Amino acid sequence: MAKIELKNVTKSYGAVQVIKGIDLTIEKGEFMVFVGPSGCGKSTLLRLISGLEEITTGDMLFDGERVNNLIPSKRGIAMVFQSYALYPHMKVYDNMAFGMKLDKTSDAEIRKRVENAAKLLQIDHLLDRLPKQLSGGQRQRVAIGRAIVRDPRVFLFDEPLSNLDAALRVQTRLEIAKLHHSMSNVTMIYVTHDQVEAMTLADRIAVLRDGRLEQAGTPAELYEHPNSLFVAGFIGSPKMNFLTGKFAEAEGCTTLGVRSEHLEVVDNSPWTGEVLHVEDLGSDHFLFVEIGSDEPVIVRRPGKATIPVGTRVSIAPKPGHLYRFDKDGKPVR
Amino acid sequence: MATNTGGLSLTQQRQRAAFWFIAPMLAALFFVAAWPLIRTIWFSLTNTALSDLYGGEWIGFDNYLSLRILESGRWIWRGTLVDPAWWNAVWNTVRFAFVSVFFETVLGLIVALVLNAEFKGRGIVRAAILIPWAIPTIVSAKMWAWMLNDQFGIINDIMLNLGLIDQKIAWTASTETAMYAVLMVDIWKTTPFMALLILAGLQMVPRDIYEAAKLDGVNPVKVFFRITLPLIRPALAVAIIFRMLDALRIFDLVYVLTPNSAATKTMSVISRENMIDFDKFAYGAAQSTLLFAIIAVFVSLYIWLGKVDFSGEGQR
Repeated sequence: MAKIELKNVTKSYGAVQVIKGIDLTIEKGEFMVFVGPSGCGKSTLLRLISGLEEITTGDMLFDGERVNNLIPSKRGIAMVFQSYALYPHMKVYDNMAFGMKLDKTSDAEIRKRVENAAKLLQIDHLLDRLPKQLSGGQRQRVAIGRAIVRDPRVFLFDEPLSNLDAALRVQTRLEIAKLHHSMSNVTMIYVTHDQVEAMTLADRIAVLRDGRLEQAGTPAELYEHPNSLFVAGFIGSPKMNFLTGKFAEAEGCTTLGVRSEHLEVVDNSPWTGEVLHVEDLGSDHFLFVEIGSDEPVIVRRPGKATIPVGTRVSIAPKPGHLYRFDKDGKPVR
Repeated sequence: MATNTGGLSLTQQRQRAAFWFIAPMLAALFFVAAWPLIRTIWFSLTNTALSDLYGGEWIGFDNYLSLRILESGRWIWRGTLVDPAWWNAVWNTVRFAFVSVFFETVLGLIVALVLNAEFKGRGIVRAAILIPWAIPTIVSAKMWAWMLNDQFGIINDIMLNLGLIDQKIAWTASTETAMYAVLMVDIWKTTPFMALLILAGLQMVPRDIYEAAKLDGVNPVKVFFRITLPLIRPALAVAIIFRMLDALRIFDLVYVLTPNSAATKTMSVISRENMIDFDKFAYGAAQSTLLFAIIAVFVSLYIWLGKVDFSGEGQR
């Protein structure tokens, strides 16, 4: 329900500046994902928005109101921590009700809200248990439930899936997406280092690097029009193929990028080499082709693998799918 | 070696290895704890004298309680259990233990909370606060005895100058103040230890739980009583047991600071007095045995009533 504006926000710990001036607007009801490698400042940025950390310079506005000096509990936010941060000595019900109880909300109202949230998350049968009696996925739901009952303007997630196993991660990801649809007027901000989570969940993604905003945009925008070499390499799996040297010079740039699905096996091409390795995923497969570039080029092809290791193949990019970057990593227009 | 362990399963081999690792510890515990305890209990059931430790004869429970009926028909009860000096010592000890542990816990908790906060020079303060505990009791008792001295002590001097008292007080000698003096020195000495034990418990509490509470808008006082205190309860309980055990067998401080004062004589002091000074070795041994029994009862009650969790699982 809140529009969040960051205006030239910085954060320093002593002499070390970890957030180096970020301008970003997050619209009402938007699902914004902060993504970037470890140490890029994405969690710090989330903590600045939550109010757990104080911003050093710049302004932060919630719905136009400056909140730089507003304490966390007054900002109308709820946060799901990476470690869940449940109160270990309280039952699930009390974990979810604790904040409201102190607000002197009536018991009936508390019960109603906790039960609604529990039903939504399918944890209504766990309300009498202690956190240590729950599995990781259940604890995660309780943490989300505790956030829901606060009825926040802004929902903050700090790497909420990183302590779950792979299967549970996919399942919980889906549930967070469903949650976003069912609470479509709540702004959600989600921090992750996993670009797949970012791509699947986000309305918009903000890619951060070294305390700066590298690019913000919809998943499709970032995927199709990365405005730096870093974003091009970070978004997409497998990673975009980067070719330098003579391959790039032929296209008039310093680094030439091409995604694996935009490469085809052709009869004849200057890009020719031996297949070093084949990864068969069932629905599609990857060829690792050594064409004399820095790293083997990955080619993604549909269906089961038909080309054996050791074969010499020629590959060529589909027209219009080349990304050209100059020596500063900026796109050549 | 293969032939040696050939017949044993892996579990049996592990158990055997474990036994040999523990064996030195068991032997040491037997010689320094179990054997002296057994000997003391045995002495308490004899009429052993200090001059002839191996010449004692079995007299049953006479050191604890015995009844002689005189020809006149008068009943005379004798033994530790009807000895007013003993019960005075029990009362002194229990009072001392409860009051000192109470104040040490409260003050230790406060100190621990301060030390748990982040500030510059925390490392130095943590080390510095341990100094009272690190000084040998004999040294600190002598130091305090001098500071509390009725003629030349600095404490009387300060209080006189501040107008808190009109005349010098014989802190350690006067029966009214002797116990306060002992309590004060003990609390001064042991609070740091308590603080460190509690600090260890405080540092087990994950920081993000406090952050979750901050987002929930819980005020600091409620955070302490509703979150911190319940979470450090296991650590606190263990700390209190340790201190209780220590306090119930207090000896050195009382012996040095207020020698021979009936107002402060504790179970340990009176037991030693009987054994060594009064040449009633077996009688003293009976009192030592009772001291052991009282401590055992206290600790069992505390663990049972407080449901103290020694396994550490409650910390999760």
